Amino acid sequence: MAQYITGFILSIVLTAAAYLAVTEDWFTGGMLIAFIILLAVVQVLVQLFFFLHLGRETKPRWKLVVLGFMLLVLGIVVIGTLWIMQNLNYHMMPAQEMDGYMIEQSKKGF
Amino acid sequence: MAEAAIPARTDKSLFGFWVYVMTDCILFATLFATYAVLQVGTNGGPSGRDIFNMPFVLIETLLLLTSSFTCGMALLAANKNRIRQVGAWLGLTFLLGLSFITMELTEFAQLASEGHGWWTSAFLSAFFTLVGTHGLHITVGLLWLIVLGGFIYRRGLNEHTMRRLGMFSIFWHFLDVVWVFIFTIVYLMGVA
Repeated sequence: MAQYITGFILSIVLTAAAYLAVTEDWFTGGMLIAFIILLAVVQVLVQLFFFLHLGRETKPRWKLVVLGFMLLVLGIVVIGTLWIMQNLNYHMMPAQEMDGYMIEQSKKGF
Repeated sequence: MAEAAIPARTDKSLFGFWVYVMTDCILFATLFATYAVLQVGTNGGPSGRDIFNMPFVLIETLLLLTSSFTCGMALLAANKNRIRQVGAWLGLTFLLGLSFITMELTEFAQLASEGHGWWTSAFLSAFFTLVGTHGLHITVGLLWLIVLGGFIYRRGLNEHTMRRLGMFSIFWHFLDVVWVFIFTIVYLMGVA
């Protein structure tokens, strides 16, 4: 009982803090983003611990192992996607030049 | 807690379900990655700042968070074998979940009627896919909750219904965890 209530109160406080940080401009720019992401990560840890009782798992901690593997795959998918797409974007010809280039190429015939 | 008293079969099922939930996290990770990439592609249409109604979303968030809590209370009551309390907490969980999905559909309908549907821009396509997939999970969870409630009502709290209740509670808490990221990455960062 106490576990769920603690988790619930902490989650509400963290949600409210993240909301107010954005609406009341506690920080600006990158600091604000870093702050609310930190609050989200803390809230997820709170819920994993107090609602899903991950801390109470007994020894071979398979749930934790699967969670860890999921986080590895998640990291590869998310970071890999952002990296590749940013890189493609960086090497992409600007739209105006692209039109000209395509017209040039089509004049040469395909 | 009576953790040691859980039958081995239940323990295995709960672990198996946990593995499924972890793979569902990967599904959401790909949608989050897609959203992060396409978020800037507004195609001259609105960005998050223009369309998100933050007080509305905050209420949605609190509804889902509270339903996650009441679901935990139902599990506790079930461990103490208090079936009427289980019914009450599950009923409350259902109502909170239903309010959440109603609010979300209201938001979607309003966006679509203002011409800001998924067809408008890459940003809105990614937004509707990500948030809609979560909403679909919630809807499935609500249907599951109706079936589960019927089972518990007819058969009482035994090994089978307890196992189902345990799996449902993992699913429901997981959906709240995913929503924490939707709230932060889509909504808060969208207006920050």
